[in-house]
Amino acid sequence: MAKLIQGETGEWEIVIGMEVHAQVIAKSKLFSGASTQFGAEPNSQVSLVDAAMPGMLPVLNEYVVEQAVRTGLGLNSKINNVSVFERKNYFYPDLPQGYQISQYEHPIVGEGVIEIDLPDGTVKEIGITRLHLEQDAGKSMHDQHPTKSFVDLNRSGCALMEIVSEPDIRGPEEAAAYLSKLRMILRYLGTCDGNMEEGSMRADVNISVRKPGGPLGTRAEIKNVNSVKAVQQAIDYEVQRQIEIIEDGGEVDQETRLWDPNKGETRSMRSKEEAHDYRYFPDPDLLPLHVSNDQIENIRTTLPELPDQKKHRFMDDYGLSLYDASVLIAEQQRAEFYEDVANDNDAKLAANWVINELLGILNKNETKLSDSPITAEKLSGLIKLISDDTISGKIAKDVFADMYETGKAAADIVEEKGLKQVTDTGAIEAIVDEVIAENPDNVGAYKGGKDKLFGFFVGQVMKKTQGKANPAVVNELLKKKLG
Amino acid sequence: MSLDEQTVRKVARLANIEIQDDDVDRIGTQLSGILQWVEQLGEVDTDNVEPLANVVNIDLHLREDEVTDGDCADKVLANAPEETQGFFVVPKVVEQEG
Repeated sequence: MAKLIQGETGEWEIVIGMEVHAQVIAKSKLFSGASTQFGAEPNSQVSLVDAAMPGMLPVLNEYVVEQAVRTGLGLNSKINNVSVFERKNYFYPDLPQGYQISQYEHPIVGEGVIEIDLPDGTVKEIGITRLHLEQDAGKSMHDQHPTKSFVDLNRSGCALMEIVSEPDIRGPEEAAAYLSKLRMILRYLGTCDGNMEEGSMRADVNISVRKPGGPLGTRAEIKNVNSVKAVQQAIDYEVQRQIEIIEDGGEVDQETRLWDPNKGETRSMRSKEEAHDYRYFPDPDLLPLHVSNDQIENIRTTLPELPDQKKHRFMDDYGLSLYDASVLIAEQQRAEFYEDVANDNDAKLAANWVINELLGILNKNETKLSDSPITAEKLSGLIKLISDDTISGKIAKDVFADMYETGKAAADIVEEKGLKQVTDTGAIEAIVDEVIAENPDNVGAYKGGKDKLFGFFVGQVMKKTQGKANPAVVNELLKKKLG
Repeated sequence: MSLDEQTVRKVARLANIEIQDDDVDRIGTQLSGILQWVEQLGEVDTDNVEPLANVVNIDLHLREDEVTDGDCADKVLANAPEETQGFFVVPKVVEQEG
């Protein structure tokens, strides 16, 4: 359900398209043999090609091409057999060539579609317009000197995939869900690490507003939104700004705006439209890129099970809800962990324990799943003890907390602390009798129709057994005796 | 096609080239001449002809993904008008990227 915004003149619909720049995982750059490693000394990973020395020629990295095709397949997109590198001309100190080699009219990947999972438990399809390969620029630092900027070209020439969505996104939640799903797919594919803090994935957000179902409004492009949270904040701010302009009788300018995370606002970045006059033309140093259908099919065989496929399999095979499945597939390692637990146990019970208990406590302690003191095998052991009635679900939570602290196996903790559930009907019956004898008033009230008191009796029996009595046996005996 | 003054100034700006006011006419005439020359190509009928990327029958050469270059900051910075701590140093630029 699209989110509508209430303005003074009625409701407004938000229309968003995203351009995501994803740095391709590869050892070397798109057109040179310099390393792509993050965090090196300034200008130490720059070849003379990246520095745009006269006469240097770009030579395309075949693995990057494969990564782009793999990503295209993961985005259910058409792979173009022929694509063309073009020059996008503009001047900036961190762009030594004076142009960026990019793809324009003929990108390597065409139209596709991905599913996004929304907080209300629904799924929506978002169209992918295209994916093209291009060079990253270097990095400028403006805060080191009052009148100078410092330039490091290590990033210059690293391979980027620009992934453009259709304007199918209808609000901040959908934008967040799109970005999360895209990042998930790229990580599953191993084509981008999705690390927004290090800038290996960056989003530009095209935002406009319109009356529901009406013609598209003028859009503003928001740059520098570097986290899922920033995307949501930038959209909230920009939508309000545009609605206010239109409702005050003004017009939204088509322009590029910069998100300022400190001030929580967007501001105009360039006003001269000629800055957008990039004068693209095919790069004379590079022939058109041909990718054969055989190559594409070979790459297809290397694809892992993708997030949405996994999600549907978890729902079908394990009977999980869309929500549970979405949480579990968010990271490959998490999904594997879950499957290790689920394959030996009741799948839904396993999902509950992984999501609610394990991820809950890990999250609270800011611990990664890979550092969890409770392994899949150990959690599996705990769930087995619940399933075979050795311990109750309530005791299991205490055992779980103990396991997290000590890293011990569930069975050992249960043994050491004597937590085994009492299922011996005779022993429980004696305690039930005791509780009934000690509470004649409540027995009278219960028999007089106060059904809710049943819980009181269960509670008393549990208290006397330190929670170890089998709840089903307790219920059955109490019903019989009080009945 | 003849270029007017406004277009000449725009092309100069896009190319990051400073031109003197009294050069605008002369440059406009020269650029117009070049354009007219290239426009003669428009006389050739290219309907149903695939664009030709090169005249010899070769494919784009690709390379393996190996680190074979870089680690030469001294060479990269050799011609820099100013450098410090391995960085190029340029007049301050803020918010006018392409």
